[in-house]
Amino acid sequence: MAISVQNVCKRFGDFVALEDIALEVPAGSLTALLGPSGSGKSTLLRVIAGLEKADSGDVFIGDIHATPLPAHRRDVGFVFQHYAAFKHMTVAKNIAFGLEIRKRPRAEVAERVDELIKLVQLEGFGDRYPSQLSGGQRQRMALARALAVEPEVLLLDEPFGALDARVRTELRAWLRRLHDEMHVTTVFVTHDQEEAMEVADTVVVMNRGRIVQEGNPQEVYDHPADEFVMHFMGHVNLIGDAYVRPHDVEIRVEPNGTTSPAVVRRVLRLGAQVRVELVVDGGEPVAAALSRDEADRLPLEPGEPVFVRPRRERRFAEPEAEPAKA
Amino acid sequence: MIARLTLRFVALGYLGALLLVPVGIIVWHTFSGGLGPVWDAITAPEAVNALKLTLEIALVAVPLNTAFGILAALILVRTNMPGKALLSALVDLPFAVSPVVIGFTLILVYGQNGWFGAWFVDHGYPVIFSTPGMVLATIFVSLPFVAREVVPVLREIGTEQEQAAATLGATPLQTFRRITLPAIRWGVVYGVVLTTARAIGEYGAVAVVSGKVIGQTQTLTLRVQQSYENFDHAGAYAAALELAVIALATLFLMNLLHPRKDG
Amino acid sequence: MAIALPRTRVTGAAPRGVAPGLAVTYLSLIVLLPMAALAWQTQKGGWSTFVDAVTAPDAAAALKLTLAAALIVAAINAIFGTLIAWVLVRDEFHGKAVVNSLIDLPFALPTIVAGLTLLTLYGPDSPIGLNVTYTRTAVVLALLFETLPFVIRSVQPVLHELDRDMEDAAASLGARGPVIFRRIILPNLLPAVVSGMALAFARAIGEFGSVVMISGNVPFSTEVASVHIFSQVSSDYEAGAAALSVVLLAISLTVLISLSLIQRWSSKHDR
Repeated sequence: MAISVQNVCKRFGDFVALEDIALEVPAGSLTALLGPSGSGKSTLLRVIAGLEKADSGDVFIGDIHATPLPAHRRDVGFVFQHYAAFKHMTVAKNIAFGLEIRKRPRAEVAERVDELIKLVQLEGFGDRYPSQLSGGQRQRMALARALAVEPEVLLLDEPFGALDARVRTELRAWLRRLHDEMHVTTVFVTHDQEEAMEVADTVVVMNRGRIVQEGNPQEVYDHPADEFVMHFMGHVNLIGDAYVRPHDVEIRVEPNGTTSPAVVRRVLRLGAQVRVELVVDGGEPVAAALSRDEADRLPLEPGEPVFVRPRRERRFAEPEAEPAKA
Repeated sequence: MIARLTLRFVALGYLGALLLVPVGIIVWHTFSGGLGPVWDAITAPEAVNALKLTLEIALVAVPLNTAFGILAALILVRTNMPGKALLSALVDLPFAVSPVVIGFTLILVYGQNGWFGAWFVDHGYPVIFSTPGMVLATIFVSLPFVAREVVPVLREIGTEQEQAAATLGATPLQTFRRITLPAIRWGVVYGVVLTTARAIGEYGAVAVVSGKVIGQTQTLTLRVQQSYENFDHAGAYAAALELAVIALATLFLMNLLHPRKDG
Repeated sequence: MAIALPRTRVTGAAPRGVAPGLAVTYLSLIVLLPMAALAWQTQKGGWSTFVDAVTAPDAAAALKLTLAAALIVAAINAIFGTLIAWVLVRDEFHGKAVVNSLIDLPFALPTIVAGLTLLTLYGPDSPIGLNVTYTRTAVVLALLFETLPFVIRSVQPVLHELDRDMEDAAASLGARGPVIFRRIILPNLLPAVVSGMALAFARAIGEFGSVVMISGNVPFSTEVASVHIFSQVSSDYEAGAAALSVVLLAISLTVLISLSLIQRWSSKHDR
C-alpha cells in the first residue's frame, strides 16, 4: 500500500522538526529516510505512524486519510530503535500481542506465532523473556511482532542503530531478503548512508526538517543535489571549489598536463582497500582510495613525491557537473 | 580495627537502646502473664470491634487511594497538563501536615460548627465523632504513598512499550491494562503496602475526629491509648501487639519487594 | 537523537477524558477542602486574633519546645544517622541484613505503639529503672525514635555510590583516615545528611502519637505544639488551634520547599 505525505509541518517549541514535507512512497517499495541527527527523519516516520501529531498537513496510507486516526487504528507495523520489547511477556506473547488485541482465535494465533518465530529464526526462544535475548534477537522479535498483524506498511526507526557492527550487517541483508519475499511497503530511518544504499530501493535524504533529495541510491550518490548531500553520502575532498571523492583521485608517478604535484603523507592498508593521505602543492590535504593492486604498482611511501588529478569532480556553483576529461 | 569496632558498637548500641530493646520489651511484657490473658485480651468484644473497624477503614481508604495514586502518577508523568507542579505539591502535602492538624481541618469542614457539618448531621450522616470522619482522616494521611512509588517507576519504563502497543492496535485502555499496569505492578504493590500500614497505624488524625466512645468508634490505635489510660494494660498491650505484628509483616513485605542493595 | 526532543504525546497510557478531572476532584475533596477551611478559619479572626493565639504563653511555650526538640533531634540524627549508615554500608558483621531491614521499623510501627513501647522501657515500670516520663527528655526520645530512618536512608545510597577511588587517591596523596573522612567523604555526604535532617525536622514538628503518652503533656513544660492543638480542639477553642496549625504547617512547608529547591539547584550544579 502506498504512503502519501502532503504538506506536513511539525514544530517542537521553537525547533522546526518538519517543514512542508511532501513524500510519495510507492506500494511495495523499500525506502530509506536518511539524514543526520535532528534532520526530522524520525519525526516524519512517527507522523506517518500516528505516534506524533503533525501541526498541519496530511498523511494517506493507501486510500485512507490517516491524519485524524490515532496510532492504534492505522494498521502500520512499527519497529523501534531500542526494540520496545514488552518486558513482562515471553517472546511468543510479544509476537502474539497484536493478534490477541484483534481477538483472533487462539489456534490461529498460535499457528501464526510459530510461523513468525521460524521466519525470524528464533526457534526455541518462544518461552524466553526479552531480557534473556541478545540485542539482535530482540530486534528480530520486535520485527516479528510488527509483522504478525500483516500490516500494509512497515516502519522502522533506526532499527539496527543499537546493534554492534557485525549483527547490523547480518540484519540488513536479512531485512532486504525479507522485503523481497513479502513486498510490504517499508520505510526505515537511518543516519548511516551505507546502510541506506545497501538496503533501500529509494533513498530520501533529509536535512533540517526538509527533504533535500530523493532517488535511487546510485543517483543520489553520483548526482548529489547539493553540498550537504555530497558530504553526507561519503567522504569527499574539497580541492579549490571542486568536490572529489577519494576513489576519484588518480595518483601517477609521472606528471601530465592536468596533474598537480603532491607528497604522500600516510598510507593505510585496510584489507582490500588502501587509503592514501597526500598533501597537494598548495598545502591542501587530499585523501585518495585505491585498490590494493593499484597501490602495489605505485611507490607509496611517506614523503614520496607523486602527481594527482581528479578523474571526476563536482562544482556546485555551476548548474551541472561534468566529468573531467581523461 | 579498633576504630571500626567502636563505630559498630556505638551504632548498634544506639539502635538497640532506641529500637530493638524497646520493641523486644513490649513483646516480653505482653506475654509476661502467659498466653491466656493475651488471647483473652485480643478476643474481648471491644478488641474484636476495634480490629474490625480498623480493617473496615483500611478497606475503604486503601482501594480509593490506590486508584487515585495510579491516576495521579499517570497525570504527573504522562501528560503535559497545566498546573502539574501544583498537583504534585498537593499530592505530597499530607506528608507535611501534622496528623492532629489534619484531624482538626476535617472538624472545620464537617464538625458541628463546620462548613457542612450541620447539613450532614441533619441528614442523618454525622461525619465527625463517627466512622466517616475517621475514614476521611485515614484517606488524607495515607494519600501520597501509591503516587510517590508509582511515579519513578513510570518514568523508568518510558513510553516506548506503550507506543509499540498502540502501533499494534491496542486502544489506550488496552495499552494501560496490558502494558502499563503489569510494568508498574510492583511499584503499586509497594505503595499499597505502605498505604495499608499507614491506614491501619494512623493515630493522631483519627484520635481528633473520633468520639472516643469506647467500642463504637475505637480503632486498634485508639484502643492502645484508651486502654492504657483506663489502666487496662492487658488490653493496651494486646492491641499494640496486633499492630506490631502488622508492622513487622509490612517490614517483611517492604524488604521482599525492594531489597536494599546498599546494606 | 530523537530522545532529546520534547514530545507531544498522543499515545501511551496518558489519562484522558474525565479521568484527570476525577483525580483533581478527589484531591480537592480530600486535601484542598480541609486546607481551605483552615485558611478560612484563620483569617476569620483577623491578624490580631492570630497573633494573640500564637503568643499566648502556653501556645508560645509549646511552639518553642517543639522547635527546640525538633532541632536537637535533627542534630542527633545527623550524627548517629550518618554513623549508622556508615556501619551498615562499610562494615561487615553477622545479622547486618536484619539490622538494615529493621531501620524502617519506625515507619511501619504505628506511632502510638512506638509511644507505648518507649513508655514500657523508659517509663515508671521501667525494667532498667530509667524513668523519663513527664520530662523533655521523653519528648526528644520519642522524636528520635520516629525520625530514626530519615538520615540513614538518605545517606546510605550516597555512601554506597561513593567512588572508593577518591579515598584511595587521597590516601595515595598522604591523607590519613580522619583527614580523608573530613575532606573527602563528609563533603560528599553532606547534601544527603542535610536532606535527611530536613525531613526528620519536618516530621518532628508535627509528631503526635509517640509523644502523647510518654511526655505527660504538662503545659509550659512537656506539651508539644501538636498536643497543644489537640487540647485546644478538645475544648473547642478553634481560633487558637487554627493559628497554631498554620504556624506548624508554614514551618514544615518552608523546610520541605527549601529542601526541594536546594536539591533542584544542586542537581543542576552537578552537571
